[in-house]
Amino acid sequence: MMSVVPVSYYLVLSAILFGLGVIAFVFKRNIITIFMAIELMLNAVNLAFVAFARAHNQLDGLVFVFFVIVVAAAEAAVGLAIVITVYQNRQTLNIDRINLLKF
Amino acid sequence: MSLPFIVFFVFAFIAVLGALMLIVAKEPIHSALALVLVMISLAVLYLMLGAEFIAAVQVIVYAGAIMVLFVFVIMLLNAGAEERTDWSKLAKYAGLPLGIFLLLEFAHWMFRSAIGQEIANGSLASATSVSTEEMSRMLFNQYVFPFEATSILILIAILGALVLAKRDDPQ
Repeated sequence: MMSVVPVSYYLVLSAILFGLGVIAFVFKRNIITIFMAIELMLNAVNLAFVAFARAHNQLDGLVFVFFVIVVAAAEAAVGLAIVITVYQNRQTLNIDRINLLKF
Repeated sequence: MSLPFIVFFVFAFIAVLGALMLIVAKEPIHSALALVLVMISLAVLYLMLGAEFIAAVQVIVYAGAIMVLFVFVIMLLNAGAEERTDWSKLAKYAGLPLGIFLLLEFAHWMFRSAIGQEIANGSLASATSVSTEEMSRMLFNQYVFPFEATSILILIAILGALVLAKRDDPQ
């Protein structure tokens, strides 16, 4: 049983998830949750990649999804190390209290 | 309504629900579990699109490795409920309408654009399942240089994480 759901449905779902990721990125106040919002946006983009690869019957999109996942893993490792360092220095995870560079 | 549509809508609903739970949850650990829900339902959608390898990688690497890293850091830092500070006026009055506008704009553009229409009107029924063998051939022939570059990237990321998380104790 192959998918007969039109690709535009997947693209709309991807756009909705990306929009929710942007909203979470702007509204959340915890650094870790903000990182999770970034991961959510990357997932939404991956869904669009897979849907387009499907629509055009080309595998390049899937290879790109593979690379996006690898880069997301590296980004999560470095980003969470930064979060741990920030917590050691400021004893808080609230983004509003980490305002040393705020103009 | 046929079975693929039902499966699509069920898992799309779960994904959107998980994303909303990520936003409204107060505790970071609840947000992390909601994100795992989103990732697993996206893996099911990848299976429906015929990308078995990507679905497996999604479950193993994303829902497995990356989210475990997040949960581990939440546990390590003992991250409790998010404290609400007073929001900036800009975020309060401009953020939500602009976010919703962006979301609607995306959906509208996707539906109305020529490429979206062309895709929606068919040529999909003839698509066959994507073979993992074909994809790995492409990965190791055409994309072998980016593949090697990502291995260097991961090496640098490991070193960077080690250097950043190292507690510098004065001897």
